[in-house]
Amino acid sequence: MSDNNSNKGLLGWIDARFPLTKMFEEHLSRYYAPKNFNFWYFFGSLALLVLVMQIVTGIFLTMHYKPDGDMAFISVEYIMRDVDWGWLIRYLHSTGSSAFFIIVYLHMFRGVMYGSYQKPRELIWLFGMFIFLALMAEAFMGYLLPWGQMSYWGAQVIISLFGAIPLVGDELTLWIRGDFVISDATLNRFFALHVVAVPIVLLMLVVMHILALHEVGSNNPDGVEIKKNKDANGIPLDGIPFHPYYSVKDLVGVVVFLILFSLVVFFAPEMGGYFLEHANFVPADQFKTPEHIAPVWYFTPFYAILRAIPDKLLGVIAMFGSIVMLFLLPWIDRGKVKSIRYRSSAFKWLLAMLVISFIGLGYLGALPLSDTRTFFARVYSVGYFGFFLGLWWISKNENTKPVPERVR
Amino acid sequence: MVKVLIIVTGLLLPTLGWGAAGGNTFPHDKIEIDWDDKAAMQRGARTFVNYCMSCHSAAYSRFNRVGEDLGISDELVRDNLIFTTDIDGEKTKVGELMKTTMTLAYAEKAFGIAPPDLSLVARSRGVNWLYNYLRGFYVDESRAGLGINNGVFSNVGMPHVLAELQGLQIPKYKVQDDGHGNEQEVIVGFDIIQPGSMTKSEYDQTIHDLVAFLDYLAEPYKQTRKNVGTGVIIFLFLFLILAYALKKEYWKDIH
Repeated sequence: MSDNNSNKGLLGWIDARFPLTKMFEEHLSRYYAPKNFNFWYFFGSLALLVLVMQIVTGIFLTMHYKPDGDMAFISVEYIMRDVDWGWLIRYLHSTGSSAFFIIVYLHMFRGVMYGSYQKPRELIWLFGMFIFLALMAEAFMGYLLPWGQMSYWGAQVIISLFGAIPLVGDELTLWIRGDFVISDATLNRFFALHVVAVPIVLLMLVVMHILALHEVGSNNPDGVEIKKNKDANGIPLDGIPFHPYYSVKDLVGVVVFLILFSLVVFFAPEMGGYFLEHANFVPADQFKTPEHIAPVWYFTPFYAILRAIPDKLLGVIAMFGSIVMLFLLPWIDRGKVKSIRYRSSAFKWLLAMLVISFIGLGYLGALPLSDTRTFFARVYSVGYFGFFLGLWWISKNENTKPVPERVR
Repeated sequence: MVKVLIIVTGLLLPTLGWGAAGGNTFPHDKIEIDWDDKAAMQRGARTFVNYCMSCHSAAYSRFNRVGEDLGISDELVRDNLIFTTDIDGEKTKVGELMKTTMTLAYAEKAFGIAPPDLSLVARSRGVNWLYNYLRGFYVDESRAGLGINNGVFSNVGMPHVLAELQGLQIPKYKVQDDGHGNEQEVIVGFDIIQPGSMTKSEYDQTIHDLVAFLDYLAEPYKQTRKNVGTGVIIFLFLFLILAYALKKEYWKDIH
């Protein structure tokens, strides 16, 4: 990076005052990423794309939306009908939230599969988990804003969970809502948090996530540290500059994603009632409880864990525990081998169990309760927590395959 | 990977089977709506303003927007679709929202509950539900005052506004097991006891057109959405070819 000052003209002028070229090189053109990224490595850049899209469409929605208990629902319909291209902006935003979670779940799964949370990437994982938490808060508060029946009652159910906390529970729910029920006061503060506070936190965390990644370098499907094998110039032998190689490759991923995304936005924006729930086309009514209250699909796995446990407080603890487990993953896994390619079959079975449990819980969490379903929800909950327990157990003396020196 | 996928699917199967829990509603027919059939939607709009709008609003929609989308001129809208007046007794203007003239206070006195706005009813209830609900009214003397019940929405507060068209009907019952060993009566058909001005097929067609209009009303931009979507997808596929060619060109020298 000694040639920073060699640029002439405007770029040279800027570089003398701001590290523009330096930053471009550090993070793109001279950031060396392993050359063997596969399908699972598209989701990082896609998450960034969706984040930007949510912010841009969100800004336009804010121009027309009214955070007011009497006007919120009407203003959303006004956006859909009377604002030019308002329906498109709104569907991009509503579909974007679901897409965000699909991408983030796949991104996290990639991390588990290839051990991307292991030393020295624990902080990348932790920042990522905080992003996931912030994203859940963002989505939860955003879902109240259309002020439909499901917005209202979903928020009612989730906020009432805090009431299970001993001693301070009731005071806490009152403090969160700003009223004894979900009301205009709640809507206003959720709007402020959704539009200003959480996005700032989210952006900051994303920057930290990427900075931490670029400090230690990317993991890869083989779980080999490419920085161990460098050429005479200090460039990893198995590394290639992120730009242009991965920028053009990710562009292909972006277009494929946009095709799938557009199919939903333009041809199935409700996605059968999973992305936009039918009951949410009825304005919020505090005197009329809908027949069946379910959170949006991306919260259902955790909601199913909550409902699987008969005691409310223990259920809440289990639900939060299921997320805490993810935070602790870098220390739960005591293994030295990162990638699933060289790990034991016990690990593969555990991971399969996690996937089945998570999807099963997600499916059950969207349905009304019944005895059979509660039974299965308990089985899947055990499966979910069993992954972490089992991983801790097996990773101590795992029967792994030899890891190659270089990526394949 | 494939092995894992097969196992995952296999183990999820017991969970996937429970989706369909059949309700005991009647009728339970399905409706096909042709979005190119503007004539059906126009007829539906006429039924809507003549019957539904006496009590219900469609307050997220404007009269002239309906006219524009369904190919009805402002004059025709004014003469044939607007029967409401504003607060001064003046006829509602074409650019205004489709609000009923019935006041909330009166509605609550008459029905105990304000009739819901119908702008989005096709999205909250679904078109099949509406098609069946509007054909499911039957005589039920046990319901004081109303004398009417519904096979889809039991004990509904709404009177059978379209009785002059459909006539009055009584249900035919069948006794069946409710799945828990108890016997229960379910409706399996209707007999007309007092004919209306329409035959059964004419009435079904009228309701079909009305539901087609409600479907339009719930998402007036649906057709635009799909048209734009087709263009966007075609563009993205062309872009994909370019993006892929670019990627291939750059990655030639990576082994």
